[in-house]
Amino acid sequence: MEGNKLQRQAACMRNALFDQGYLDEQFIQLEDLQDEANPNFVEEVVKLFYSDSARFIRNIDLTLNNSPSDFVKLDNIMHQFKGSSSSIGAKKVKQRCTQFQEYCKIGNFEGCMRTFQEVKQEHAALKKKIESYLQVARQAR
Amino acid sequence: MTVEEIRGDGDNFPVGLRVLAVDDDPICLKLLETLLRKCQYHVTTTSQARMALKMLRENKDRFDLVISDVHMPDMDGFKLLEYVGLEMDLPVIMLSANGDPKLVMKGVTHGACDYLVKPVRIEELRNIWQHVLRRKKCDNKNPKKSSGQVKSHQANGEGLGSPTGNADQNGKFNRKRKEDEDESEDNENDEDPSTQKKPRVVWSIELHRKFVGAVNQLGIEKAVPKRILDLMNVDGLTRENVASHLQKYRLYLKRISSAASQQAHMAAAFGVKDSPFMHHMGSLDGLGDFRTLSSARLPNVVLSPYTTTTNAMLGRLNSPSANVSLRNLSPSVGPLQPSQAQNLSSSIASLNKMNFGTQNTSLFQGIPSHLEQNATNNNSKGILGTSNFNAIDELLNGASFNPEPFDASGAFGSSNPLLSSTESFHSQLPLVNGSRRNDASLNGAYLNTDFSSGVGLVGGEVHNMNYGNNIFGSLNSSNISGNGIVSRLGRSLGQNNAISNQRMDGFVNGRSSVSGGSNLLQQNEIEKPVNELRQRSNEDSFLLEETRLNAGFVPQSYDSLDELVNAMIKREQDETVSNCEFQFDDDYAFGNGI
Repeated sequence: MEGNKLQRQAACMRNALFDQGYLDEQFIQLEDLQDEANPNFVEEVVKLFYSDSARFIRNIDLTLNNSPSDFVKLDNIMHQFKGSSSSIGAKKVKQRCTQFQEYCKIGNFEGCMRTFQEVKQEHAALKKKIESYLQVARQAR
Repeated sequence: MTVEEIRGDGDNFPVGLRVLAVDDDPICLKLLETLLRKCQYHVTTTSQARMALKMLRENKDRFDLVISDVHMPDMDGFKLLEYVGLEMDLPVIMLSANGDPKLVMKGVTHGACDYLVKPVRIEELRNIWQHVLRRKKCDNKNPKKSSGQVKSHQANGEGLGSPTGNADQNGKFNRKRKEDEDESEDNENDEDPSTQKKPRVVWSIELHRKFVGAVNQLGIEKAVPKRILDLMNVDGLTRENVASHLQKYRLYLKRISSAASQQAHMAAAFGVKDSPFMHHMGSLDGLGDFRTLSSARLPNVVLSPYTTTTNAMLGRLNSPSANVSLRNLSPSVGPLQPSQAQNLSSSIASLNKMNFGTQNTSLFQGIPSHLEQNATNNNSKGILGTSNFNAIDELLNGASFNPEPFDASGAFGSSNPLLSSTESFHSQLPLVNGSRRNDASLNGAYLNTDFSSGVGLVGGEVHNMNYGNNIFGSLNSSNISGNGIVSRLGRSLGQNNAISNQRMDGFVNGRSSVSGGSNLLQQNEIEKPVNELRQRSNEDSFLLEETRLNAGFVPQSYDSLDELVNAMIKREQDETVSNCEFQFDDDYAFGNGI
């Protein structure tokens, strides 16, 4: 049946996300919070994450360009970004954020730049995957 | 949320807990909100700390608990934490993506009940109600003790059962506060306590001593501000003063106890040192007791200082000599002035109560000996050299120097500088005041060796002083604290009385400062000399260090219990190892040096 097929597909995609390390157990927490009272909780949070994280990314970009040696500021912004990422279980993004913060600590601008690119890549990759998953999951419900 | 509503879900205590969540990150905030709702708590969220404060101030009874992020743009989370703790006395839980232990420590020392690391899991949130309950429980005793003004609340609360009474208890507490203010006899209720800004109460050593005494008398569990106030019988002191002081004291004890338990572990490793540490924990003026009670960290030892007899306390202490010391102490007090002697005895007892339990006793023991000797000498040479007193007095700064011996501190005054220091450390008020009088040098001596978290001073001293029995004649070697100190003093006395005394002054002063001001810096300063002392183990070193201490120490008035505790804890932690390592026996020719 269509429903079953979609459900299986959704399950498959979901598992892939976990297996490939895009998501971690925190995401399961989000799913657990989704219930009749909060039927679209996961989607809402993810949406919120992506709109919010765009802001963070913009800020870091600006800071890297305008005040590249302000590692404290960079670290602060990234700290917040990391907080959000970990809240939704964005594992790879979070890892890159941590790396970025490490470079900030030692004041390695090159490292920061490089890692930030990776952050953006992971961020974009996750967005694509998770959105398509959520779409299927929604349909499968 | 009304009592009835809560009662409706009565069998599930945490249900309906009113939480205020503050986090500038919308995702985290949303997640937190949903998680809390899942726990069936009643949640209010805001992304602005200022808004949160505003809401809290508008109605103190509106929330049971606050969860706040550390990193916020409009206000530092720790600042918010302080405000809430001071103004509303609500439990606050810190939240952060950064789980660095230093930050966690900072949170705890600023008064947070808990520190959660993001991402927060629901299991962690399910348990936060215990912080509310714990706090309510401590505060709740008041309403029950008050006259029937809180009857309605009590009835509600009781109907709910303790767990569900959060909201009610919160309300009760607030109401109780007002009622207490109304009915308080000891306080001057001429002004409206709840609304007027009262002149800041300075918690002098004596005042603190009374406070601690009252707390001990009541027992940690039952020590509510109203009762404490009654027992203290101090004019011009309001229940609120006591309440806030009590809160800080509890925090202090908690910190000490946790630090102490760490130390205890370390102490255990060192063997004998256990008791001093335990004492530290315990002696925290009963704060530890409070804390241990609530946090169940420390065993009864902590409680014992206040609640048990001196001997019992001694018994608890690992060192049997402690008991002996105590006894010895009494007789030795003889030569001291009657008041002093009384003080000593009482202070010893109180000391026992204090962390030092045994340590104190030893101190006393040591001190009496000194005192005796010094008493006769009563010159700069003597440990008790008057100069010391002066120095100490100066150092002690704000501490009220009361010739009358405090029960606890008084005793110290005459004989146990050490004790004083430690006590003061604990109680935030420099005990030294008491000790200043008599044994400035003693304090110094003790201080020098080992300033470990206030309590540590005494304790530390004890440790270092000797496990070895370097006590002055009367002192038992086992009396760690006393012996150590005494030994030290004896040594200095024996050898370089004049210099030592003076140096001691420096030390004492330093110590006093530390005790009083209790800031890390001071402690560190003390630490250094102490450590050096260890290594050198000779009077010269001792003297040098003393000198250094003198120079280094700046008397500081004790501003906040937290500072003191902070310093103490740090000190304890830092000192733990050094204290243990400190072996006076080897270094000093203790014995009947005096």
